[in-house]
Amino acid sequence: MSSNKESLGRIVTVALALCIVCSVVVSSAAVVFKPAQEVNKTRDLKRNILMAAGLYDPELTVEEQFQRVDSRVIDIETGAYVSDIDATTFDQRAAAKDPATSMALDTSTDIANIIRQSKYALVYLVNDDQGGLDKIILPIHGYGLWSTLYGFIALESDGNTVAGLGFYEHGETPGLGGEVDNPRWKNIWKGKQVYREGAVAINVKKGTVDPQAANADWEVDGLSGATLTSRGVSNLVQYWLGDRGFESYLQNLREGDA
Amino acid sequence: MDIKDTLFRPVFRDNPIALQILGICSALAVTSSMQVSLVMAIALTLVTAFSSFFISAIRHYIPSSIRIIVQMTVIASLVIVVDQFLKAFAYDTSKQLSVFVGLIITNCIVMGRAEAFAMKNPPVPSFLDGLGNGLGYSFILMAVAFVRELLGSGKLFGVEILPLITEGGWYAPNGLLLLPPSAFFLIGLLIWAIRSLQKDQVEEPEFRIAKHTTAIEEGA
Repeated sequence: MSSNKESLGRIVTVALALCIVCSVVVSSAAVVFKPAQEVNKTRDLKRNILMAAGLYDPELTVEEQFQRVDSRVIDIETGAYVSDIDATTFDQRAAAKDPATSMALDTSTDIANIIRQSKYALVYLVNDDQGGLDKIILPIHGYGLWSTLYGFIALESDGNTVAGLGFYEHGETPGLGGEVDNPRWKNIWKGKQVYREGAVAINVKKGTVDPQAANADWEVDGLSGATLTSRGVSNLVQYWLGDRGFESYLQNLREGDA
Repeated sequence: MDIKDTLFRPVFRDNPIALQILGICSALAVTSSMQVSLVMAIALTLVTAFSSFFISAIRHYIPSSIRIIVQMTVIASLVIVVDQFLKAFAYDTSKQLSVFVGLIITNCIVMGRAEAFAMKNPPVPSFLDGLGNGLGYSFILMAVAFVRELLGSGKLFGVEILPLITEGGWYAPNGLLLLPPSAFFLIGLLIWAIRSLQKDQVEEPEFRIAKHTTAIEEGA
């Protein structure tokens, strides 16, 4: 056996047989596990949305809690709902990469450092028990120190008071910039105001905010040891709530004709 | 070949990380929390055991000119299966492990055992050898993760042990331990401890430093 083991024919046969066996194993694993993975992915996204709004209750299933949430797609520029895009399948991150559905940003306006922005965006409307609007959850993202942070910001139904903030994906330094996940820090955001005299005023300050200060309602404590991550978060929140982000949508919502 | 010896020798006496210094990269990357380390340890142990088993089973058919790529193909297929499985059933942990599950393919322990043991031994001892080496890796991983998570974030398996100052407690966490390089120090200390207990692991010095000589001495 060993004499012809090294022959060319033998090598090709072994390589081919091995490749066929391995590819069958790999592809069947991919096919078999696919449905469970899809379920996990949507559940994870829904959980992040609920967590940003401070609505997540680990006791209940995500699907049960998400029944109160209405997903819609809006046109960023006009701030109106778009009816011909299905919100359950719309992928905003993919849309931001596709030249047909996105626009390039020039460096002077691109404070969140996202380079391209989708023309359409997802919004999640949380209804209260009577069916009225309770909270608005908006997807936000932007660059911190090392990575793009992806998250959600939740606003109360007035479209001005922050109800919560959370990032579900980032690569900031654990213990420093990674503290954006710290529940105590996220709690500071609750109750802050976004707009002052029509302009976005909310920002992350370096250091601690004096609660007696005149603009304490618009300022959030910076993370110590993470100046650049804090600045990134400040910029991305300002960007997405500003006129290139959700400002026109929120305005429509306030006026009641979104 | 003694079963117990094949299985447990790699855990303490012949540890892949501490003695053979293999698989350091992932030991640095994933050990900041015990939960993640545990999943990584289980994944690597399974991959090492099964890849050794399958490679050993087909070892008489593998032409030696393509043996490395054959080993890689078997290992890579198993890793993809494990990765897909984690994404389906342990989604949160797989998100934290991110690329490191995929990088089991390049983990030197898996390849090392396939090439050094499985190519020369029958399937069952190879399986045990893979399992043993996986356990050896797991042992170091869990030890490092224990220190890093406890002193770096005051927790064990995500449960608070030392209340942090930032959460209103008294413990000021050591930020270095959350960063990968800290694992170098911990693994170094572990190797030191193991070699102090088992003197036969201490390597012969490759050269001895000669006594300092001066020109005057030479001339004298």
